[in-house]
Amino acid sequence: MYKIESKNVDFYYGASQALKNINIAIRPNTVTALIGPSGCGKSTYLRLFNRMNDLIDNIKITGQVLIDGGNIYERGINVDSLRKNVGMVFQKANPFPKSIFENVAYGLRVNGITDKKFIEERVETSIKQVVLWDEVKDKLKKSAFELSGGQQQRLCIARCLAIQPSVILMDEPTSALDPISTAKVEELIYEMKSKYTIVIVTHNMQQAGRVSDTTAFFYMGELVEYDNTKTLFINPKEERTQNYITGRFG
Amino acid sequence: MINELKIIKSKRRNQAIAFFIFRLLSYSIVAILFIILSFIIVKGVSVINWNFITQMPEEGMTKGGIYPAIIGTLYLVAGSMIFAFPIGVLAAIYMNEYVKDGIAKRIIKQMTNNLAGIPSIVFGLFGMSLFVNKLHFGDSIIAGSLTLGLLALPVVIRTTEEALKAVDNTFRQASLGLGASKWQTTRRVVLPIAFPNIITGLILSVGRVSGETAPILFTVAAYFLPKLPTSIFDQAMALPYHLYEISTSGTHIEESRPIAYGTALVLIIIVLIVNLLANGLRKYFGNKVKMN
Amino acid sequence: MRSILKNDLQRVKTFYKKFSERFIEGLLMLSSSITSLTVVLIVVFLFKEGIGLFNQKPVEQGYVIAINKNNKVKKLSSAQLKNIYDQKIAHWSEVGGTNDSIVLFQMEDISNYFSDEQIGDQLQNLPTCLNKLLDSLPNIIAFLPEKYINKDFKGTILDVNKVSLADFFGGKEWIPTAKPSAQLGVLPLILGTLWVSLGAILLALPLGLAAAVYMSEIADSRIRRIMKPLIELLAGIPSVVYGFFGLVIIVPLIQKTFNLPVGETGLAGSIVLGIMALPTIITISEDAMRNTPRAMKEASLALGASKWQTIYKVVIPYSISGISAGAILGIGRAIGETMAVLMVTGNAAVIPHTILAPVRTIPATIAAELGETSNGGLHYKALFALGCILFLITLFINLTVEFISNRRKYNKH
Repeated sequence: MYKIESKNVDFYYGASQALKNINIAIRPNTVTALIGPSGCGKSTYLRLFNRMNDLIDNIKITGQVLIDGGNIYERGINVDSLRKNVGMVFQKANPFPKSIFENVAYGLRVNGITDKKFIEERVETSIKQVVLWDEVKDKLKKSAFELSGGQQQRLCIARCLAIQPSVILMDEPTSALDPISTAKVEELIYEMKSKYTIVIVTHNMQQAGRVSDTTAFFYMGELVEYDNTKTLFINPKEERTQNYITGRFG
Repeated sequence: MINELKIIKSKRRNQAIAFFIFRLLSYSIVAILFIILSFIIVKGVSVINWNFITQMPEEGMTKGGIYPAIIGTLYLVAGSMIFAFPIGVLAAIYMNEYVKDGIAKRIIKQMTNNLAGIPSIVFGLFGMSLFVNKLHFGDSIIAGSLTLGLLALPVVIRTTEEALKAVDNTFRQASLGLGASKWQTTRRVVLPIAFPNIITGLILSVGRVSGETAPILFTVAAYFLPKLPTSIFDQAMALPYHLYEISTSGTHIEESRPIAYGTALVLIIIVLIVNLLANGLRKYFGNKVKMN
Repeated sequence: MRSILKNDLQRVKTFYKKFSERFIEGLLMLSSSITSLTVVLIVVFLFKEGIGLFNQKPVEQGYVIAINKNNKVKKLSSAQLKNIYDQKIAHWSEVGGTNDSIVLFQMEDISNYFSDEQIGDQLQNLPTCLNKLLDSLPNIIAFLPEKYINKDFKGTILDVNKVSLADFFGGKEWIPTAKPSAQLGVLPLILGTLWVSLGAILLALPLGLAAAVYMSEIADSRIRRIMKPLIELLAGIPSVVYGFFGLVIIVPLIQKTFNLPVGETGLAGSIVLGIMALPTIITISEDAMRNTPRAMKEASLALGASKWQTIYKVVIPYSISGISAGAILGIGRAIGETMAVLMVTGNAAVIPHTILAPVRTIPATIAAELGETSNGGLHYKALFALGCILFLITLFINLTVEFISNRRKYNKH
């Protein structure tokens, strides 16, 4: 049984086609890396899984995207509930201009949870999950902007975990971070695998090699190769993949 | 699970209610605009004809046309723009191309903003005490034009500045790199590129000036003149003032209502033309000078 | 020889180029200083005339107030004078004198005391008559032209207080043409202005904010492209046209709906001003909302918040300073608006108690009365003083907005 499947997915911005006939199947509790040069469609593809592309005017999608076997682009799907199930971490840490506590509690509040005790517990466990608790437990009421970049990004991950999604999408989550913070986030990704299915877009080849089980290589809107990470890196079937991972373009 | 369904439902319902209200209120604003426009158009269209815009008023403004008011407004618009447009454009060039960020620029900017915020009636007071009394221009086209020009100055400066800002810096660098002086760069490279947007700004200020009443009340406007003005030191009639007078004072308010509708429609037509022109220009040259 | 000439020519050319660059820069600088100069001049002219008001007596120039020389009263305020002539004060004791009733005298009353022959056909005996009158009636108060006062005048010329700040700002009556003493209380005008503007903003704010939210967050780009120019059109309509529309549509409507004697009311002013303030509120707050970082909205949506939750929990709090700037500027626009208000509010200078009564605002007062004043007179100066108040209010509003938007910039870093 696959957690995520995409079948014959085409995607258009206005008249230009951004994704061409993408077919991928992702198993639960794995980390999948999406790699490829800028503009290849990997971020667009990632944003299909929580329908984040819906915000853009003038888009068209054909084909099917299934999560837990259900097509998320079917009519009548509640997008809010979908997004509650499919969490997302962004390229740049984007905490709200609220307190640390309120940032993590936000997802619970907007999903109708009012029980104060429950919220406090959930906030605490979520922050503990991202190993941030010791650093922030004394200043939960302080603005999230007072944290460092790496801490902010982990806070955003905690914010995402608090609503207990089953899938987590990560859009170049470490591209704005220093190496130490990056290592912490990567470690986190590795640990989270047991509970969540993770899809991560990355520019960083080594990162893909370190954290992912499977890797998909995109080039100009096409899925060139999709395989076991090890296989894809050591023994790519396609020449374009070979060229990209050896740094000949991109 | 049932609880969750309930929450989803209530979220959906709240959003639907909220969005419905927002849409309703927004459309009601559009409706207000259409009520105003269509009311004046419907009532005024039967009044407007060739005679209406080419004849002098007759019988205490209850008959005849509004020719002198149109001419007066044209004079005032032209006079104020002759004054405000060059100064405004030059000031904007100085602000955007010459002066560096710092206290001087901040002061000029602040003062321009302050000027823009001053109510039009205060311009009227000022114009009266400076141009009419102190400089002894009397109630005259020149006093009115200068007062209106000062009022339009911030509008011209702001739109020109935005037009200049929209010019890509690489053009300036390329020109300066070829050994052109600052003024040469501005005149031969920056201004031609910014030109359409500067003109849009000019058109918008014309729209603003043509409808202003309070600044001309005590500087130029006359209730009725049997002759057209012959010099810049003459008084003049003007469309907005004409509309004000014939709709509020005098003994023939009811009889002159049709004339009032016609005058209002002429003012509306000016506004429509100005907006269409400005929008058309913006669309044509694809850019970003803001209206307000 | 030739090369020297060429060199000179070159030098002249360079000099000319340098000179013209300097000249142009000077010209540009001069142009950009015009706005500052104008603001300074406005302040100077407005305040010179306006402050001059407080150096004047409220009694019309060329006239004096005279009483019997045995009367203990030495000074009267403008309000006291008015009440005496309105016969609201009937006894000298009420203004610090004896317990006798006051005898009023104005020039029209002269025939009650003297015959035409006594006065003389050239009015040559008028000063003597007046002198006799003031001498003989111990309780008289007379409002007289200064030119009829003799050198051996036997009455006391009363000292009338100059117009004071307290009278000006605390006075409840605005009757600048009142005889013998002008009543220059701006309280009803200030309250009228605030009253009408407050009403306008209460009407415009919900509408304007709703439209701003709708245009920036809800409507698709097609609808936005239609609505934006319409809002700009709304901003472009001249105020006198709004006034006219108010006069022929809103005023009669109010009169009918509330069954009033006149429809020209504060409410009519508020409605018209509210419509006029809409574009300001919409444009500025829409801009502010549009500046909410996309990442912020996406973060909220990605957590399962609905679009509406994202709007009120993220977008509105984030852009609150821009929204308040829009609201404040909207109020500013309403306070300074002249023609539309002048045409629909009925212009009664009384302290407003209900929105269904006529009121008069500061700008409308200036516009309505300046034409009737004599240059440099008391009334003229009083209207300039009103202009000063208006100027200060709008300056305050501008600076507040500046402050708010600067703080917003600071916050974003």
